[in-house]
Amino acid sequence: MTENKPKQENLPRVGFYICHCGTNIAGVIDPAEVQKYAAGLPGVAVSRDYKYMCSDPGQEMIAEDIRKHKLERLVVAACSPLLHEETFRKAAAKGGLNPFYFQMVNIREHASWVHTDKKAATEKAKDLVRAAITRVRYHQALDKKRVPVDPNVLVVGGGIAGIHAALTLANAGKKVTLVEREATIGGHMALFDKTFPTLDCAACILTPKMSAVKAHPNITLWTYSEVEKVEGYVGNYKVMVKRKPRYVIEDLCVGCMECIDACVFKEPKFHDKFNQGLGKRKPVYIDFPQATPKVVLVDPETCIQLKTGKCKKTCADVCDRKAFDFEQKAEMKEIQVGAIVLATGFKAHDAKRDPQYGYGKYPGVYTALEIERLVNASGPTSGEVVLRDGRHPKEVGIVHCVGSRDAKTNKWCSRVCCMYSLKLAHLIKEHSGAEVYNFYIDMRAPGKAYEEFYDKLLSEGVHFIRGRVAEVNDWAMTPEEEGRLIVRVEDTLAGFVRRIPVDMLVLSTGLEPQADAQEVRRRFNIGCGTEGFFQERHPKLAPVNTFTDGIYIAGACQAPRDIPDTVAQAGAAAAEALALIDAGFVELEPNTSHVIEEECCGCKSCLPLCPYSAITFEEVKKKAVINEVLCKGCGVCAAACPSGSIRQNLFEDDEIFSEIQGVLAK
Amino acid sequence: MTEKFEPKIVAFFCNWCTYTAADLAGVSRLKYAPNVRVIRVMCSGRVDPQFVLEAFARGADGVLLGGCHPGDCHYAEGNYKTLRRMRMLERMLKDMGIYDGRFRLEWISGAEGDKVRTVINDMTEKVRKLGPLDLPGKFKEWDKEIEELEAQVSKSAAKEETVHAR
Repeated sequence: MTENKPKQENLPRVGFYICHCGTNIAGVIDPAEVQKYAAGLPGVAVSRDYKYMCSDPGQEMIAEDIRKHKLERLVVAACSPLLHEETFRKAAAKGGLNPFYFQMVNIREHASWVHTDKKAATEKAKDLVRAAITRVRYHQALDKKRVPVDPNVLVVGGGIAGIHAALTLANAGKKVTLVEREATIGGHMALFDKTFPTLDCAACILTPKMSAVKAHPNITLWTYSEVEKVEGYVGNYKVMVKRKPRYVIEDLCVGCMECIDACVFKEPKFHDKFNQGLGKRKPVYIDFPQATPKVVLVDPETCIQLKTGKCKKTCADVCDRKAFDFEQKAEMKEIQVGAIVLATGFKAHDAKRDPQYGYGKYPGVYTALEIERLVNASGPTSGEVVLRDGRHPKEVGIVHCVGSRDAKTNKWCSRVCCMYSLKLAHLIKEHSGAEVYNFYIDMRAPGKAYEEFYDKLLSEGVHFIRGRVAEVNDWAMTPEEEGRLIVRVEDTLAGFVRRIPVDMLVLSTGLEPQADAQEVRRRFNIGCGTEGFFQERHPKLAPVNTFTDGIYIAGACQAPRDIPDTVAQAGAAAAEALALIDAGFVELEPNTSHVIEEECCGCKSCLPLCPYSAITFEEVKKKAVINEVLCKGCGVCAAACPSGSIRQNLFEDDEIFSEIQGVLAK
Repeated sequence: MTEKFEPKIVAFFCNWCTYTAADLAGVSRLKYAPNVRVIRVMCSGRVDPQFVLEAFARGADGVLLGGCHPGDCHYAEGNYKTLRRMRMLERMLKDMGIYDGRFRLEWISGAEGDKVRTVINDMTEKVRKLGPLDLPGKFKEWDKEIEELEAQVSKSAAKEETVHAR
């Protein structure tokens, strides 16, 4: 430690601390050298280096120094302010100093971790430290603003993640609005027959939760609805939800489904999206018997009444509750919430992007989701594994990593495909007795009882061939191959190329971000990673938080994940939302802008710049006025004010100019 | 000058995208040139063109400004304001003899740690080739020239006065 008297009497007394962060910083930057350098800078009263500044003793040291040495400013050189700024502000407050008399210097993420030249990194650290010490003199004492938090929550997405988050919050007594864009909740899980590795029936564990959502007095369930607009800030969001017309009054329909029988179309003949196109449905339909809410809907694309207005409307006639309303229009609803949980899920990879596997070209090639419906007891074939031409497959191939771990499509591992491929192999064998071949790159089974499930499959006589499938075609070379699909693959364990004829080929498609993930994240003002999944605030320590406070993410919208992890994450997101709500208020960063009235010349330059309409013009005084509640602290107005009369707290002109001067003064 | 020229670059990074990306580069242990000094602002829209001028005037060889991609601004549209301002500033800088990438505006999202590395390395390399800008040195030279001119003018004026007096 170096202690000295400030050379210039009028400068505030600065305490400077540099963290070793073990060897994270000290391995590249010489903390002792920086400490000694800082000690020689004007105004510095105390300068110390310490192994872990963020530890309790580190913080205690700061608090004690503030009291003992009558420090008036605090500078800590350590990691990113996004990580520990709050920690050191608290340490300052503990010592009796206003927490905003503090400036943090990022010498870990921005220096020691990214540079190898020790001398240059140490010089950079000195420059940054000098800038902060120069800047901190201009800091002002500020107070955090407290605003109340609306206790209601919005959950977007009614898959297993959204269902679990909504139920958790509702059980805690919070009013939840669950918005789902499809006609029923359940998401992808509702498509599955069994779940790995326990092979328990998906419907048996999911549908009770779906019913619980519908029945819960604290949950408002809006299916067939989408969030159109989000305004406001943490604790106080205003959300516009569009409720699409079902042409059936939800409160009147009891789900007897008599209208479906009565439809003028005697046979179902339209593409059934829920059954992945393997089945057919009528214009009036319900996705599956346990759909929640159990309410039919009418498809405007295929309904004769909605298309031409000239139908006998036998469906409406048979409905004794008079639930049909062909005049129904989309409805906009506005709700106020304090927190939002986004659980918008994933999209399965489009297998047509890999033409070598022949999906869409050969009818014997299926995607995994299609097979999920095919093996499902409530699916279009009632669980019978049958090809599109009616034959029963004798040999089935399952191609792993379609749209995963592939530089041409998606680089990431989709995490669930190995396991669901094993599950499908088991189910296909069980339902049809066919020989099943798995073509895999690596077998990834890292989860509770997952590896054991793989062992079980090995003992069941399922074939495993390690190698990425090169091509699938129908070019028979022998009479036995006639009319079958030929899988060409290099067996990397045996060391030669094989041709394996199969009747059915299953493509284990990977998980991708939803097609409109970018639009959705813009609507909610959160970020996406390069692959397009929603970005968490911190990959390890804040996995369900986002960079926008009060908005949380759960499930496969953040990254590919299986059901247990999704449920765990949904619970975590609900807990974070509860923590926010139950505190009752949030403290907002006081980085808002304000106008120095005497200096404002009334030019109105700032007025059109504010994206939040926080600036108004006081006509009597001819001055601009900033509403600090609406201001979000971007500082665009402060940068534009020609008279310099707009000040942004924490980022005042004096503060930034002194930082520029400090960083370059040498 | 025997020492190799190492450019000094001042960067203004917005809190939500580019600063986060620089943190990500750190967490990912990407290695890049140690020539950039980052100043954090909440939004690239906070960057007053005077900040850029001040940095050059104080001896920066380059100034880098980083914000969110168009359409992705945390504050809806701050980066559009930045773009307009900086396009105007670039014209002005050109008249002052500051061009060829000494000032650079880049959109770097919070997920693009790698872009932070490429941009910083590329800019450092280019500015190194341009050599020092040394505006403070030039200011001194210009001041000297002006002083000399003044001296000359007052000298000749004095001479003229004596002529008149005669």
